Amino acid sequence: MKILVCISNVPDTTTKIKLNGEKTAIDLAGVQWIINPWDELALTRALELKEASAGKITKISVISVGSQGAEPTIRKALAIGADDAIRINTEPKDAYFAAFQVAEAVKTEAYDIILCGIESSDYNGSAFGGMLAEFMDLPSVSSVSSFELTGDVVKVNREIPGGYEVVEPQLPFVAVVQKGIAKEPRIPSMRGIMMARQKPLKVVEAIMADALTGFVAFEPPQPKAACKMVDPANVAELVDLLHKEAKII
Amino acid sequence: MSYPYLAPDYFQLDDLLTDEHKIVRSAIRDWVTRSIIPIIDQAAQNNEFPVRIIKELGELGAFGPFIPQEYGGAGLDHISYGLIMTELERGDSAIRSTASVQTSLVMYPIFTFGTEDQKRKYLPLLASGEMTGCFGLTEPNHGSDPGSMETRIEDKGDYFLLNGAKMWITNSPIADIAVVWAKDEKGMVRGLIAEKGMAGFSAPKTHNKWSLRASETGELVFDNVKIPKENIFPNIRGLKGPLMCLNSARYGIAWGAIGAAMDCYNTALQYSLERKQFSKPIASFQLQQKKLAEMLTEITKAQLLAWRLGTLKNANKASPAQISMAKRNNVKMALDIARESRQILGAMGITGDFPMMRHMMNLESVITYEGTHDIHLLITGNDITGIAAFE
Ligand SMILES: Cc1cc2nc3c(=O)[nH]c(=O)nc-3n(C[C@H](O)[C@H](O)[C@H](O)COP(=O)(O)OP(=O)(O)OC[C@H]3O[C@@H](n4cnc5c(N)ncnc54)[C@H](O)[C@@H]3O)c2cc1C
Repeated sequence: MKILVCISNVPDTTTKIKLNGEKTAIDLAGVQWIINPWDELALTRALELKEASAGKITKISVISVGSQGAEPTIRKALAIGADDAIRINTEPKDAYFAAFQVAEAVKTEAYDIILCGIESSDYNGSAFGGMLAEFMDLPSVSSVSSFELTGDVVKVNREIPGGYEVVEPQLPFVAVVQKGIAKEPRIPSMRGIMMARQKPLKVVEAIMADALTGFVAFEPPQPKAACKMVDPANVAELVDLLHKEAKII
Repeated sequence: MSYPYLAPDYFQLDDLLTDEHKIVRSAIRDWVTRSIIPIIDQAAQNNEFPVRIIKELGELGAFGPFIPQEYGGAGLDHISYGLIMTELERGDSAIRSTASVQTSLVMYPIFTFGTEDQKRKYLPLLASGEMTGCFGLTEPNHGSDPGSMETRIEDKGDYFLLNGAKMWITNSPIADIAVVWAKDEKGMVRGLIAEKGMAGFSAPKTHNKWSLRASETGELVFDNVKIPKENIFPNIRGLKGPLMCLNSARYGIAWGAIGAAMDCYNTALQYSLERKQFSKPIASFQLQQKKLAEMLTEITKAQLLAWRLGTLKNANKASPAQISMAKRNNVKMALDIARESRQILGAMGITGDFPMMRHMMNLESVITYEGTHDIHLLITGNDITGIAAFE
């Protein structure tokens, strides 16, 4: 059995986002890059499944659409325990474009399970997984928060409002995973990092395709308003402020 | 309370690092955020070494990262070792000290001076954290002047008899083995491995420290301890042995101190932007900006010094005097930044809710051990004049 995990390279979640002058793109100078947190959890679960599978799962591959700058993120995935990696050498323009590239790159290799995060923490589009399944003509389950493999049978929980569904998908399939799929992402060990040097990272060129969406402009959220402190003894002042300034009473 | 850790990189030094360096750094940073930051203030307040971290550091591969893989190390370069030290010391100098001692003062001498049997016996266990080591050079009467040490070994035919005492030894109370430096009958310094459990060997704990409170410090007392001959390092004689170990450890400290400084700077910067006085963030006052700007300037210089030293060390060209200069500069830089940044926090800065007091107190040890601030200056003085002022 083989598992493919799709990973995207995103700015560290603590990054202070700055826009370029025209507000048409994000200023990437000095940004630290990480594996998209949902993808990292997907990879963690894949590794747990492989370790528990007594040799049944023979390989975990990771794939990423990204230029050279995405390689540290891919190497980290190898250092954590993925067996090999593919990088599609182009900037991921939108979900449609990225899903198309991944589908094309892996169509000759028969993966039994394909995992990807429900969204990526940069643009939060939540569209990639479904599109990938469609391009590959595979069934998919979205919002997967637990993943069990017994023999050849997969059981996943799919979050729905107020509870979850238990789904037994046919293999091969695409699982679009969310938080809960694994507890904590793994930290690579120094020996793992060294071993990652020897693991194959194949770079493939992108196939011509259009993106269906483009960015027009970005607008940062309004800065949080200042907080006014009112002495607990001074209820009259509080009422006055709520009435005259906040205008809510 | 702690702010998200945003490590400053004002001169885009990241461009000088390889992808692998960045993965190493982020791995250790994540571990420190997960395993150290939540517990370190309590550990220091309670004067408790969080023993579990030894196993965790072993699993991470933070012990002996530059030791070859066949002996359990990771076989990484010296810049990786430096980055590991920086990240660990962002957590606490106690954590970095444990990794420094295990790596540079225990694994390094065994790897460099030890027999093949010694390497095979000890290095993999030390690397995995299943075994803890310590390093005994300093004595009650001989600190800066270890050449006058009193600890002695006597050749008794089948074994060596070890007598003497070592003081201020990091991890001695919890260590399984000690790399000990002692003089033989001819007055020649020799290195050996003493194991806990050998009759006559005890390691009492040192109490009442105000510094490195989350680290164990103690003595090593040898009362007619029989050391098997196979525990001696065969290939090294003289002070050169311990000094080579100290070089490796000092190199790591030159990097480590930057982590403590960056933690203090990051905390002060974020606090100064939030804290308002006279209806403005205190970061808007020139005096606070001067402090912050000077801190970042000093951190940047220290980062550059460490990185260059790392490239020299990778090429096996870093001289002991260069390492002394970097250790001295970077530790003083960190101590000054701990003090200045604490002032930016006003009264809040004296509490354990913020890391400054802890780093500041820790750095008092760091500026003393592995060669005091004065001694490192004299090493530079000696190097540039050719005249030793301390012999
Ligand atoms: C927390 C902690 C952990 C330690 N861990 C270890 C360990 O694991 N292993 C180990 O072997 N040691 C360890 N040490 C000991 C440390 O290396 C010594 O404290 C250090 O070398 C200084 O020696 P000393 O304390 O005896 O000071 P001294 O040598 O007595 O120095 C006192 C003062 O005199 C100054 N001085 C000395 N000689 C001269 C001179 N010629 N010219 C000008 N000034 C001079 C010094 O700079 C210093 O300011 C540790 C120390 C501490 C505090």
